[in-house]
Amino acid sequence: MIAERPRGALARLPLLYPAVVLIVFFVIPFGIMLAVSFFRREPGGFYLAEFSLTNYANLFTALFGRVLAFSLFISAFCALLCVGLGFPFTYLLTRMPRPRQVVWLVLLVSVLSLSAVIVAFAWSIMLSQTAGVSNLLVRLKLLAEPRSWSPGFWALVCGMAYLAFPYTVLVLYPPLARLDPHLPEAARTLGASPLRTFFTVVVGSLRRAIIATLVMVFAFNLGTYLLPQILGRPQHWTLSVLITDEAIYRSNLPLAAAMAVFFMVVSLALVGLAMLGGRGRPGEEA
Amino acid sequence: MPGLYLENIEKRFGGVVAVREVTLELPQGRFVCFLGPSGCGKTTLLRLIAGLERPSRGRIFLDEEDITEQPAHRRRFGMVFQSLALFPHLTVEENIAYSLKIRNVAAAERRRRSEELLELVRLPGYGGRGIAQLSGGQRQRVAIARALAIEPRLFLLDEPLSALDAKLREEMQLELRLLQQRLGITTILVTHDQREAMSLADWIVVMGTDNRVHQTGTPLEIYRRPADAFVAGFIGTSNLLRGVLGKDGRVRVGGLALRVETLPAGMSPGGEVTLSIRPEEIPLLPGGREGENHLSGRVTFVRDVGASIEIHLDCGGIPLVSASTPKNRPDLRQGDAATAFLPPAACVVLAP
Amino acid sequence: MLRGVFLGLIGLFLLSPIVVVGGVSLNAKKALFFPPQGVSLVWYAELFGEPEWLIPIGNSLAIALLSSLGAVSIALPLSYALWRYRVFYARVLFLLGIAPFMLPPVITALGFLAFWATVGLYGKMVATVVSHAVFFVTLPLVTLSLGFESIDREIVEAAQVLGADAREVFGSIVFPMIRSYLVSGFAFAFVLSLNEYIVAYMVAGFTVETLPIKIFNALRYGYTPVMAAVTLVFVLLAALVFGLIGRFGDLPRLMGALTPESRNS
Repeated sequence: MIAERPRGALARLPLLYPAVVLIVFFVIPFGIMLAVSFFRREPGGFYLAEFSLTNYANLFTALFGRVLAFSLFISAFCALLCVGLGFPFTYLLTRMPRPRQVVWLVLLVSVLSLSAVIVAFAWSIMLSQTAGVSNLLVRLKLLAEPRSWSPGFWALVCGMAYLAFPYTVLVLYPPLARLDPHLPEAARTLGASPLRTFFTVVVGSLRRAIIATLVMVFAFNLGTYLLPQILGRPQHWTLSVLITDEAIYRSNLPLAAAMAVFFMVVSLALVGLAMLGGRGRPGEEA
Repeated sequence: MPGLYLENIEKRFGGVVAVREVTLELPQGRFVCFLGPSGCGKTTLLRLIAGLERPSRGRIFLDEEDITEQPAHRRRFGMVFQSLALFPHLTVEENIAYSLKIRNVAAAERRRRSEELLELVRLPGYGGRGIAQLSGGQRQRVAIARALAIEPRLFLLDEPLSALDAKLREEMQLELRLLQQRLGITTILVTHDQREAMSLADWIVVMGTDNRVHQTGTPLEIYRRPADAFVAGFIGTSNLLRGVLGKDGRVRVGGLALRVETLPAGMSPGGEVTLSIRPEEIPLLPGGREGENHLSGRVTFVRDVGASIEIHLDCGGIPLVSASTPKNRPDLRQGDAATAFLPPAACVVLAP
Repeated sequence: MLRGVFLGLIGLFLLSPIVVVGGVSLNAKKALFFPPQGVSLVWYAELFGEPEWLIPIGNSLAIALLSSLGAVSIALPLSYALWRYRVFYARVLFLLGIAPFMLPPVITALGFLAFWATVGLYGKMVATVVSHAVFFVTLPLVTLSLGFESIDREIVEAAQVLGADAREVFGSIVFPMIRSYLVSGFAFAFVLSLNEYIVAYMVAGFTVETLPIKIFNALRYGYTPVMAAVTLVFVLLAALVFGLIGRFGDLPRLMGALTPESRNS
C-alpha cells in the first residue's frame, strides 16, 4: 500500500488538484513578480510590459543601503538575543513533565500566532507614559516621573523579540526534545556540575542546531513589517516596510518587485546556509 | 490435493533477490515454521503468501486454486504481524471484530464472536478496553484473536513473539501450539529462533542467507540428518569438523582418521567434507586416552546451567563441545585433561 | 532556584503585555490607563456592536474559515499522496507547499499583488481567501504529514489482510488516525489567517478590511481602549484554540518531539 507507484490516472488524482492550485496561485504569482521586476512603471496603473533593467539600476540608493543595513543589523541582534535566552529556556522546557510542557507550548503558540499589529499595540501600551512599565517603576520609587519609551529602538527590540522568542523556542524544541536524556545524566555521574553539564554536553552536542536556529530566526526577523511602523521611528524602518511603501503608496510595483527579488535572494541564501549549517528542519515549526 | 503449493517463486526488489527459486508443498492442517537467519527472505516469503507482495516469478496455489494475482483483502487469511499492528484508535472488541464488520456481519453476531475469541485466547471481559491499556502479552493475544475472527484459510505469523521476554515467550509458544491443534488451521510461523521452531512446528522450512530453501522436514529429521553444513550449524549447536574423505572410507581431520558408520551416496575419496556431531552424542572421559575415534585435550570452559552441562574442549587445535545431563556429569574442571569419544554412528558426513 | 527565576522572567515577558492590555481595555473613560481607572465593559460592547468593527470581524472570520478549509483541502490529498507514493514530484510539491512560509511574507504578498492585479481580481475578497489558503497551506501540510507518518505500514497491511480494500482502509483506519492532525492543521491555519496582515493588506487592503487592517488603520487616528479589547479577544481566542489542541491533540508531538511510546520502541 505504501511506497507503491501510483497506478493509472485515478491514483494520480490526489496529486493533480494540489499541483494545479500551487502552480497557479504560487508559482505563477512568483513568476509574474519576477517578470514585473524587469518591467516599466506605468503612472496610475500597475506596470507596462516592457523589458528594462532600470529597476535594478535604481535599487542601490543610499536610502536602500541604509534600510538594508539596519534590517540586517536588527534582525541579527534580535536573533542573538532570542537564541541566547531561548536555548536554555527550551532545554528546561523539554525536561519538564509533559502536562506543564503543554501549558508553556500553548502560551508560546498563542503569542506566536498573534498579529504583529496586536503585538505592536500591546508593547506601545506597555512602554507608554500612562499605562506602562514606567508607572510601575515610579510606584516602586525607581523612577522620578513616568516616561514614554515608545517609539524607539528598544521598543522595537521588545516587540521583535516578543514575536521571535516563541518562534525560536519552537525551532529549538525538536532537537532538544530528541536529545538523549541519558546524555546529561551521564555527564552528571562523571562529576560535572549541572551548569557545566549544560554548557559542555547540551550546548556542545547541539552546536549545529544552534547555528541553524540563529540563521532561521534571523530570516524570520527579516520579514518584520508592522512593528517598525508603530514601535520605531522612520530611521528604524525595515526593508519590508520600504517594499510595501514603494508598491502601495508610490505605486511603483516594478521597483518594489525588484527590491523583493533582491531581498529574496539574500533570504534564500541565508536559509540555504541554515540547512547546510545544521540539520535544520524548516517547516516543522508553526 | 488440499494445501498450499508454491511453484518456483522468486522475488526481487530492484536488483536485490529476496527469495530465490522456492518450490514448496505445505499440506493442510500442519504447523509450519519458516526458519532462517535475518535477511534470508523468510518474511518476504510469508508476505508473498499473504498477498502483501507480488512475486517476480512463479505461482501460488491454495487448494489447487491459483491465488497469485488475488489481492490480499480477498484471500481470507489471518495474519499476526511482528509489530502486532493493532489499530490504536479501536477497542479490543472492535479490533477483533474488524474483519467481520468489513464483511457486514451484524453487530450482535460480531459481539458474540469476539467474546468467543476472547475466551479462546484467555482474555474474557477485555472487549471494552483500549489497546494502550494492555500489557505486551495481552496485545499478543488480541492480535491472534483478531487474525482468527473470520476462520481464516491460512494463519500466518511473522515473528510475533520476538518482542516478549523469554518466560512469556515460552508460555505463548505452548498456547499457540495448543490453539492450532484445537482449531486445525494450516499455520505458518516465521522465526529466526531454532528452539521456537523445534518446539512448535510439525514441519520446518530452513532458509539460508543465499535466500534459498536448504531443507524441509520434520524437526527431528532436520536435527538428526541436516542436509548440509549450514543447516547443521543453524539448528542446535553442532560440532562441525572440516576434513578430507580417505580411500578407506575414513574421514581425516587434522592428523586423525575418524571412522564413520554411513557415507552419503556420491562422495568420492579425496573430496572435502564436513563432519557434524551433536554435543549430546559426545561422551567425555577424564584424563588422556588412546583409541579409535578418541580425541584427547584440555577443558577450556564449563557452562553449567543446572538442567544441562556443556563442556568445551581443545583437542590439539580442534574445538569440541560436549553436552550432558546433571546425572551423567563428568567430573571435569577448567584446565583438566579429558578425552572425547566420537561414536561412528553419530558422525554425520556432509558436503562442505 | 536560578531555574525558577529564569522561567519566571520569561513568563513575565510573555504575559505582562497581555495583562496590561487586558487592564487597559477595562478603563471606564476613553483613556489608556493601567491600572484602569474605573471598570467597565463598554469597549467590548462597542467592539461587538458598532458596524465599524463588526464588518472587519465578519470579513476576517469569513476569510479565515474559507481559506483554512482551502488550505486543508490542498494539504490532505498532497500529504496522503506523499505518504502513499514515494515519487519525486510529490516531494517537489511538498517543498512548494512549505515555501510560502519560509520566505519573508512581504515577498509572497507582493507576488500575490502582482498576480491579482494581472488577472483583474485585485481588491476582491476571493483574492484574499485564495491567497491565504495558499499562504497557510504549510500548516496543515506539516501536521498532516506528521499524522500520516504516525501510521505504521503494518497497520495498513493488517487491515488489508483482514479484508479491507483501499477505500475501506482509508475510511476505517487511515482517516480516524489522522483526524486530530487534520483538526490541528485547520486550527493553526484559521488562527493565523485571522491574525495575518501583510498579504490581506497588499491583495485587497483598501476594499476588504480585515480586523488586523482595521486595528492598524485605527491606530493612526489615536489609541482607544477598543483596540485593547480586540487584542484581548484575539489572545483569548488563540489560547482557546491551542489550549483545545493541547488538551485533545498531541501538541508536543506536533512541535516535533517524539512521543514517549515511540521513544521506547
